[in-house]
Amino acid sequence: MTDVALLLAQVEIRDRSGPPSCQQANDFFCPGWVAENYDRYVDPVLQHLVLVGTSVAAGFAIAFALALLAHRIHWLAAPLLAVTGVLYTVPSIAFFFLLLPITGLGRTTAIIALTAFTLQILFRNIVTGLANVPPEVRDAGRGMGLTERQLLWRAELPLALPEIFAGLRIATVSTVALATLAVFVSGGGLGVPIYEQLTFKTNVIFAGGLCIAIAMAFDLALVTAQRAVTPWLRVTT
Amino acid sequence: MRNDKVRWRALLVLLASLALVIGVAACGDDDDGSDDGGGGGGSTEQIQSNPDNGKVAITVGSKNFTEQLVLGEIYAQALEAAGYKVEKKLDLGSELIAKKALETGEISGYPEYVSTALTSFFGVEPGQVPSNPQQGAAQARAEFEKEGLTSFAPTPFASANAVGTLKETADKLGLTKVSDLKGKSQQLTLYGSPECRQRVDCLVGLEGPYGLTFKEFKPVDIGLRYSVLDKGQADLSILFTTDAQLAAEADKYVILEDDKQVFPAGNVVFVTDRATVKKAGPDYQKTIELVQSGLTEAVMQELDARVDIDKETSEKVAGDYLSEEGYIGG
Amino acid sequence: MISDPNIPAAALDLFGDAVDFIFNEQQSQGEQVQVGGLEQVGELAWEQLKVTLYALALSLLIALPAGVALGHMRRGEGLAISIGNAGRAVPELALIALLAAFLDVGMFSLALALCVLGVPPILTNSFVGVRGVDRNAVDAARGMGMTETEIIRKIELPLAVPTIMGGVRTATINIVATATIAPLVGVLTLGDFIISRNVYGDAGVLAGAILVAVMALALELALAGLQRAMTSPGLRLTRT
Repeated sequence: MTDVALLLAQVEIRDRSGPPSCQQANDFFCPGWVAENYDRYVDPVLQHLVLVGTSVAAGFAIAFALALLAHRIHWLAAPLLAVTGVLYTVPSIAFFFLLLPITGLGRTTAIIALTAFTLQILFRNIVTGLANVPPEVRDAGRGMGLTERQLLWRAELPLALPEIFAGLRIATVSTVALATLAVFVSGGGLGVPIYEQLTFKTNVIFAGGLCIAIAMAFDLALVTAQRAVTPWLRVTT
Repeated sequence: MRNDKVRWRALLVLLASLALVIGVAACGDDDDGSDDGGGGGGSTEQIQSNPDNGKVAITVGSKNFTEQLVLGEIYAQALEAAGYKVEKKLDLGSELIAKKALETGEISGYPEYVSTALTSFFGVEPGQVPSNPQQGAAQARAEFEKEGLTSFAPTPFASANAVGTLKETADKLGLTKVSDLKGKSQQLTLYGSPECRQRVDCLVGLEGPYGLTFKEFKPVDIGLRYSVLDKGQADLSILFTTDAQLAAEADKYVILEDDKQVFPAGNVVFVTDRATVKKAGPDYQKTIELVQSGLTEAVMQELDARVDIDKETSEKVAGDYLSEEGYIGG
Repeated sequence: MISDPNIPAAALDLFGDAVDFIFNEQQSQGEQVQVGGLEQVGELAWEQLKVTLYALALSLLIALPAGVALGHMRRGEGLAISIGNAGRAVPELALIALLAAFLDVGMFSLALALCVLGVPPILTNSFVGVRGVDRNAVDAARGMGMTETEIIRKIELPLAVPTIMGGVRTATINIVATATIAPLVGVLTLGDFIISRNVYGDAGVLAGAILVAVMALALELALAGLQRAMTSPGLRLTRT
């Protein structure tokens, strides 16, 4: 490259001959770099929150409906558990690519796969929660003249809440970790900055750390919600 | 008295020089309008936003390594400045995936290397790839048009695959060109991208025309091509001639000369489908060809360096390129 | 694409192609090399199995004694539970990337990295399982003069088997899932069919997804069977 070209180039060719900065040398962790560049993680974090929030909400809605069904029609529990179990066992990355020909690239594909992953945990916990309600409660309720539906909503579900929340916590934390894979189907999320600069240690550590922080935040929020919704229990976890 | 006068004069001089410096800095930024940026004869006019373009939605795609991400961002931001509704689907994967996305309408267009297009899509032998960029681009365009696609003018810079290694390895084994590997390659591990296994300008070419067999070929993500050399895991790695690391650490890495012409260099052309071209109007091609005119090899390497070495995002680097060259008003 | 009426037919076609891919070698997408076929499938499946079992063994080695000991002593609840929670939150992509950044990537280092995902569920579940054993049984055993080790071996462990195995199964699922993206850093497992879509084509990707799913389910079934074998007959105390 000639000096003339150097002079004429309006894009400044930087001098990298001096000692490398922390990020240029790819040191273990560069707090200074993070302080200057944290804004590039804002969008991925927001996308990540959308992915997790939507998947868990959809998963909960579906699992709840299925659990109520299994509560009413007992023999459905085992087959539903098996089906959701398959969806849980199949690695999500495989699921993403199985969906690809049908739903194409984008957030929808990621959300469908993530939702499928949460189903088993949520379904199993809701069903178990309802099943663990002591029979005396049911008898007492019927004795008081409650209908089946009132019994469900006023007695059984409230008592099942701890188990349900436990399932929600597990499902949410797991989904936060999994949602990083959405980058492979152009679904956004924190996987994007990680994958874009895979060898940049500070980037991977920070983005991974953000993931864990988000998971812990969700967990804390759910624990708080649980305490608020079940004032009659001392929740110790 | 006398001391005060001296002090006042010093202060005055200081203020004056400060004003001068500020003035020069402020004026020095307004560089647009001057011709011939980047030493490649490209014109630098500012992109005008055309309100008619707002009805057209364009999805810009790219392949999955730094240079492609930067190119994709440059094109996307430029088209946006021209008034189009732009969506980005960068980081799609390798060339076959990107082409598929184009054919299915998932994206409107993406940047492709003429050499890759001719060898991977259209079955041209690496040795037959024209070295003249205009000829190569024309040949690629003709082939694309047979499939309902088309491509625009080529960029000033060209890039090629290359077999690279650490300088110490090259010195130790006496390697200057790829043919030197004959007889030695059986002891060496080669790392490359997953699609390298099936490309004539990659592993297939090394095993075919060069007749080399390697101890092991390991496919890894493209982003790792230098770290595997650094860590001593790879004896050889497939690199790109426009990589930033080659310029920045010129005494660390060495590229072996391609004496059998298996790794043709290719300029980049923006590949798109004809329906989008018709829908988008003349600004589409004009904008693309305008903003890429500043991409000489030096400039492209600099942009790659800003991402790979300085760790800036491809989005910012592209934005800086567009404003530094004056395509987008500063 | 969703509104495409040919999807059922196309999906069936693709499924057929995928099965064909598993059994017969064919041209790669770039048409230069042969891919697929039982030999390659077997090779990659074996790699995935190897690394999974390796990581599982390491995880058990680290987590089982610790969890059982803590559960028996009824101490360290905060640690056991929070490690379990934290482990669930670790993103696999970041883990693989850090592995590639800091260590030489190979079978052993990958297994070590996968331990990060395998240890938490086993630790938590062995802790909860052992601690949850009926106090009366433990006290009675102590009264009978059993040593602490004997109590663990003959009473707590057998009773905790279902919970511990649950942890092992979760660990296995996590490990298999992460081993699937290992091809990004050069360890070729079944995930290669999925990750390297451009080499293997859509049929290959589907084949890879199917194979990975089958392997995960097979391991799950095997572990379920193992659990049943270890828990039966009934909850009779095991003899030495």
